[in-house]
Amino acid sequence: MESDNWQTKIDQYVDAELSTEDMRAMEAHLRGCASCAAVALRHTRLKHVTKMAGKRYFANSEFRRRVQQQISVNRRPARRWGWIPSVALAVAVILVATLSFNILSQRSRSQQLLTELADLHVTNLASSNPVEVVSSDRHTVKPWFQGKLPFTFDLPELEGTPFSLLGGRLTYLDHAPGAHLIYNVRSHHISVFIFQEQPDFDRTLQSGTLRAKMLSFNEESWSAGGLRYFVFGDASPEYIQQLSGLLKRAASPKTS
Amino acid sequence: MPLFDSLYNFAHWLTQNREEAEDIVQETYLKALKGFGSFQLGTNFRAWIYRILRNSFLTSRSGLRVSRTVPLETEEEEPIVVAALETPESILLERATQDRVQTAIKDLPVNFREVLLLCDVEEMSYQEAAETISVPIGTVMSRLSRARKALRQALEEQVEGAKHGER
Repeated sequence: MESDNWQTKIDQYVDAELSTEDMRAMEAHLRGCASCAAVALRHTRLKHVTKMAGKRYFANSEFRRRVQQQISVNRRPARRWGWIPSVALAVAVILVATLSFNILSQRSRSQQLLTELADLHVTNLASSNPVEVVSSDRHTVKPWFQGKLPFTFDLPELEGTPFSLLGGRLTYLDHAPGAHLIYNVRSHHISVFIFQEQPDFDRTLQSGTLRAKMLSFNEESWSAGGLRYFVFGDASPEYIQQLSGLLKRAASPKTS
Repeated sequence: MPLFDSLYNFAHWLTQNREEAEDIVQETYLKALKGFGSFQLGTNFRAWIYRILRNSFLTSRSGLRVSRTVPLETEEEEPIVVAALETPESILLERATQDRVQTAIKDLPVNFREVLLLCDVEEMSYQEAAETISVPIGTVMSRLSRARKALRQALEEQVEGAKHGER
């Protein structure tokens, strides 16, 4: 397929509207085509800035109260038994709407977090300096964060594993500083993000391990020792889980 | 009231007027309450209530004004637009301020603006957006692609203008 044909599908790729098969084909193409990868990155950024800018208008509390009152007036009974269907209707509306809202808002926030991570991952890898501390030695990378982050973390020993550490950099999510570590496995780059746990993360992502797919990236996230970990990349889910397992073991309290 | 903030935001973007947006949101909730019998359980509630809001907009003052100038319902599907490659302007566009992006969205024709808001701000799927505005999925894709192209062009022009202003 020629580059133009791929580019007509980039919007669908960014909107996660391609079939699984087409998603895979697109990813394979993007890995080898710099011009399409640049367009995909640009489209992702535009979608992100549109979303941020689009949340612009907020209703004031006076108007909210007015609508609530209006709805309750309309729910009052017209006849002796006429209130039964109205109330049932209102309850059904509120029930369905509340359920939809809760599910959608949680999904939306979780999607937003994952989108921001996808942005950080792609943007940093595309930059000329993806890491600020370049080292495969965890004893060099970890101390580099001293004084830069209000927390510390342990990194796993990688000998005998297919992974290698490329380095790290300081990053931000929701204005909070965190560590962005980049690992390599069979020519794939995997990002590991570590932030201080926030109530919002916990509520959105749940405290257990979350496995997800975002723009066809594989992702795993969990909370441990007051820190929130995100492992993110285009490597297979097995590699993502294996690296997550190594990080979890490194972070777990040592027993003598 | 669930979806209240999102519905208000969408209404305000459509009308570009606070009072009209309030009228439309109020009308939407009343119609939803009265017409809940027409909602089929198991179908998409969000698309249903957004469709009510959009229909209320189309019969409002600003909606009627817009429908006289923009063909809202009769539009053939056009091929998806292929974006130009990375340019220095497009790199600057990534740094466009929120104000500039908001101005560019506001200046889009309403049929492009609504699809962009539904898909990118409300994160609806193409199917949901198609149900909301009662058009085929192909039309949603075509309008979305053209809306994004127009947005990129507007932002690039703003950046160009700012560069000339600096000289």
